[in-house]
Amino acid sequence: MQGKDTAGLIVLILGLAAVPWVIGNDYYLGVLIFAAFNCLTCIGLCLLMGYAGQISLGHGAFVAIGAYTSGILTTTLGWSPWAAMGAAVLLVTGVAAIVGIPTLRLKGHYLAMATLGFASIIHILAVATVDLTGGPSGLLDIPRLSIFGYPLDSDRRYFYFSWAVVVVGLYVAFNLINSRVGRGLRALHGSEDAAASLGVNITAYKIQVFIVSAVYASVSGSMYAYYVNYIDPGPFGVMHSVLLVTMVAVGGMYRIWGAFTGAVLLSLLPEMLSFATDYLQVIGIAYKPDYDILVYGTILLIIMLFLPEGVFDGLGRAVRAGKQMIRR
Amino acid sequence: MLEKKAEHILWLENIRKVFGGVVAVDDLTIGVEKGSVTSVIGPNGAGKTTVFNLITGFLSPSSGRIVYSGRALNRLRPHRIASLGIARTFQNVRLFPQMTVLENVMVGRHLRSAAGIFFSSALPPAWRREEARIRQEAMDWLEFVGLAEHARAIAGNLPLGSQRMLEIARALAIEPHLILLDEPAAGLNSRETIAMGELIEKIRQQRMTVVLVEHDMELVMDISDRVLVINFGRLIGDGTPEAVQDDPDVIAAYLGE
Repeated sequence: MQGKDTAGLIVLILGLAAVPWVIGNDYYLGVLIFAAFNCLTCIGLCLLMGYAGQISLGHGAFVAIGAYTSGILTTTLGWSPWAAMGAAVLLVTGVAAIVGIPTLRLKGHYLAMATLGFASIIHILAVATVDLTGGPSGLLDIPRLSIFGYPLDSDRRYFYFSWAVVVVGLYVAFNLINSRVGRGLRALHGSEDAAASLGVNITAYKIQVFIVSAVYASVSGSMYAYYVNYIDPGPFGVMHSVLLVTMVAVGGMYRIWGAFTGAVLLSLLPEMLSFATDYLQVIGIAYKPDYDILVYGTILLIIMLFLPEGVFDGLGRAVRAGKQMIRR
Repeated sequence: MLEKKAEHILWLENIRKVFGGVVAVDDLTIGVEKGSVTSVIGPNGAGKTTVFNLITGFLSPSSGRIVYSGRALNRLRPHRIASLGIARTFQNVRLFPQMTVLENVMVGRHLRSAAGIFFSSALPPAWRREEARIRQEAMDWLEFVGLAEHARAIAGNLPLGSQRMLEIARALAIEPHLILLDEPAAGLNSRETIAMGELIEKIRQQRMTVVLVEHDMELVMDISDRVLVINFGRLIGDGTPEAVQDDPDVIAAYLGE
């Protein structure tokens, strides 16, 4: 972790501490809690995409495995939520290894294809294995988390908890990328041949970072299940995986802060759009939530055309350019 | 015929490499003496880079064997070969362009450090002693090639001459016994070429064995103990720079028959 990142993390912690005092409304707090889940997944995905140069179109499936493992173990087997969360992490580690080892040994974007197929398989399983997952009607009565007997039963408590996990996720990611292992990852992204010629075991590193990113997704899924206390296959379709990749790309995949920004922005976008609906109605445009996907697509297109390095770096550059103009 | 000798750090025996019917390396037998500077020369497409790729595991030979310090290299993957002490550079410089100059060399310390994924994730770099050591050693190698003042620059922004120097510093950072330089002077001006010659001499003084592929004959004749001439994947000349220069086969290959 470097100076700037440490400073960013401290500012973030202070900002987060203040949020529930500013936003009293439980609904908006809830939106921010969902943003935290996406943030956590996207931090992991950013390690994979931006630092190791691999794309996964199946991270929604790891979120689903995390959520379902937590849900099933706590409801049908009566496990403690924490133990179930740990079991989910172990399961996801194994599954990610099974998906990643054959595909990451090959050069090229085979991981993208394999994970795309994997995401649809997991979704189909969630729908079809009714005895295990409850099928389309889902799993009910998933318990809440509690920390040392202190139940996380209000939105404010869960807000602090979920964002604390995001902060830990950021801390781990920053440590990792500024370490020997992280340099190895960035190196293989720069040139696989050069990295190998220096003794970096590129296959092993790709598999390791894929597993790490899947674990981030799994924890996010478990936290989701314990927050909403009910899961069904709906949110875990292939489109969710694509949305996660979009979040990372929009924010900027070459920086952890970029992925973080993208996840927060796109998680809040539906709310912003529903705000906009009221204003658009005044000027005679009937905006429907069905158009959301169109807006996402447009945003992605604009970002890729004009800010290919993502919103985070793109805005940073704009601010610097603005400062120079003022100086003149 | 050549015989394998004890002082050979690297020994290629009857190496053949065929790419879908095209013979790139044809029954090549060469030995490289420990502590020497050996140049491999030959016309374009003669198979010189292929030989480097075979030695470093980026390609595997169709037949024949490669022995390094008494150990067969066949079928080992590139990162394993690097761990045995063979470093290389690439004909088209392959830096990690987005990383800083110092970070590039720090990757070169990979094999000389140990932190794994768990340890790396748990503690910030500033709290890890190994990280400071890697940084210092990388800095030492930058000083060795004379790039210390550019440590914080982005590698991709350096001029070509400095990029080649950086690539060598990065390769040296693994502290190899044998370093393979693929056209280190290609694209350099005459002043940079002289500096490159001096650097190679300095590397030899570190008691590393140097093998280079090079087209700049002045440089080759200046620094080499031995020159190997390859044409159409075959060895057509082998000897001191003076002997090779007068070899009629070599002259024919270069001037065209």
